Amino acid sequence: MKVFRANLMRLTRPPLPPQEKDNPVHVAIRDVHKTYGKQHVLKGVSLDIYRGKTNLIIGPSGSGKTVLMRQLIRLETPDSGELLVNGVDFAKLEGLDLAAMRRTFGMVFQMSALFDSMTVFDNVAFPVREHTDLSRTEVRDRVMDRLSALGIAGAAQKLPAQLSGGMQKRVAVARAMILESEILIYDEPTTGLDPITTEMVDELIVEAEEMFGITSIVISHDMASVVRIADHLSFLHQGEIAATGTPQELLHTEHPATAEFIRASRITLDS
Amino acid sequence: MPDAAPTASATPEKPSKLRTAARDFSEWLFKVCMSPFVEIGALFKLLWEALFWGVRPPYRGRLLVEAMEFIGIGSIFIISLTALFVGAVLALQLVDGFRDFGAESQSGAVIGLALAREVGPVFAALMVTSRAGSAMTTELGSMRVTNQIDALVTMAVNPVQYLVVPRLVAGFVMVPVLTMLFNVVGVFGAFVVAVSLMGLDPGVFMDRLKWLVDWEDVSQGLIKAMVFGVAVTLIACRQGFYAEGGAAGVGRATNRAVVQSAIAILMLDYLVTGLVLGQGLF
Repeated sequence: MKVFRANLMRLTRPPLPPQEKDNPVHVAIRDVHKTYGKQHVLKGVSLDIYRGKTNLIIGPSGSGKTVLMRQLIRLETPDSGELLVNGVDFAKLEGLDLAAMRRTFGMVFQMSALFDSMTVFDNVAFPVREHTDLSRTEVRDRVMDRLSALGIAGAAQKLPAQLSGGMQKRVAVARAMILESEILIYDEPTTGLDPITTEMVDELIVEAEEMFGITSIVISHDMASVVRIADHLSFLHQGEIAATGTPQELLHTEHPATAEFIRASRITLDS
Repeated sequence: MPDAAPTASATPEKPSKLRTAARDFSEWLFKVCMSPFVEIGALFKLLWEALFWGVRPPYRGRLLVEAMEFIGIGSIFIISLTALFVGAVLALQLVDGFRDFGAESQSGAVIGLALAREVGPVFAALMVTSRAGSAMTTELGSMRVTNQIDALVTMAVNPVQYLVVPRLVAGFVMVPVLTMLFNVVGVFGAFVVAVSLMGLDPGVFMDRLKWLVDWEDVSQGLIKAMVFGVAVTLIACRQGFYAEGGAAGVGRATNRAVVQSAIAILMLDYLVTGLVLGQGLF
């Protein structure tokens, strides 16, 4: 029982040193490498993710964006390098420490990854039921509060399959935010969506950042989203960060691959 | 001026097509030969993970009840139906066969023995494979390819503990229960056919059945059923849990799960029988 209680405490206790909260760099990725067989996908990625900002990582298909995302949330372990989250090396954690640290992150998958056998309400309530001992009423209030804030309270009893792509994204964001995670990672959030829904999802990312003060990391190749929402932008090319800076800086970069990518997407700051 | 001497390092010698083909073939052959061992290793790894996570809190009773309902209650109809006809066909064959030797009175005993020791556990496990095992693989496979399992991980929920453990426990508990059901319905089917169609005396049928079949025979079948229950759910979960390649990949995983489960049931049947009877394996 004591072990159980101790484990539970470790899962519910915030694992982060409080002094790091003043550091503008929320996540520091340092020299991360990842290889699959003979394929060296990430070749020493180093990157700063800024606290309370919308940080976009862009790059062409096959550049390693999704692989980087999977290391960042520790769905996979990097071969080498550091993932410093509030100063703690996330890449070195194991077991319950890793589980506790994972609660710092919320993840919105490309296809939303909602549990299709559960209603919207149950999907959003899932992390709360798993990680807190709130009463049924408290869970309901918390979930409905979050659903209302994102404008989907009316869909609470629907199944994910009954929702549009945009609404599914909202539910995924609500689920990712319900434990008040500090960092939200969005993997290609606008891929496959129509322009209106794309704009809606972009607004949602900014809203989530403004309403809850969270740090957003958006993995994308949608340059229109870059112009709309990015505070900080990094260009991943062939497994390396080729350029990084504000959108203005990157739109005027002289780095050939980045410039070519931006030119091909026909995006200017005015647009 | 003399010509420059040709250097050996100018171009590395290209491997011939034949050598490349031979290397590819040997790699393929090695993979094919090793694949059963890789598969068995992966199954034991998953079993170990399930045991490790199964004893740790939190304990999700609701998921266990749901899995038991799915495997057990959901299979009652198909188990009863197949048991009825298996019992019936055993009666048709055995009463007819024994009649040639004037030993038809032993039919009930032999049918009971066959059902309790072999037919019951094997058929129940095969039916669970075809109904629940394939559905489990499809469900977990779909969850894998749509990132729902990754979503569990990102929410700090161990997917083996959440998805595999309840199914494994449910298989371990419910396949023996279904085996008992198979035995009872099978004997009933055999009784009906033997008595009403083949003209066997009902008293003789039941008396011989009680005389030959004892608790040891039934328990032998139940031990097998427990082993089959774990094997079937473990294979189904393993194939679904590590499915890849979209909808087609899930289809292939389901196919593999059913084939592997059927083979595993028949191989384990021999192994467990040898061990339980204490007669060795070879």
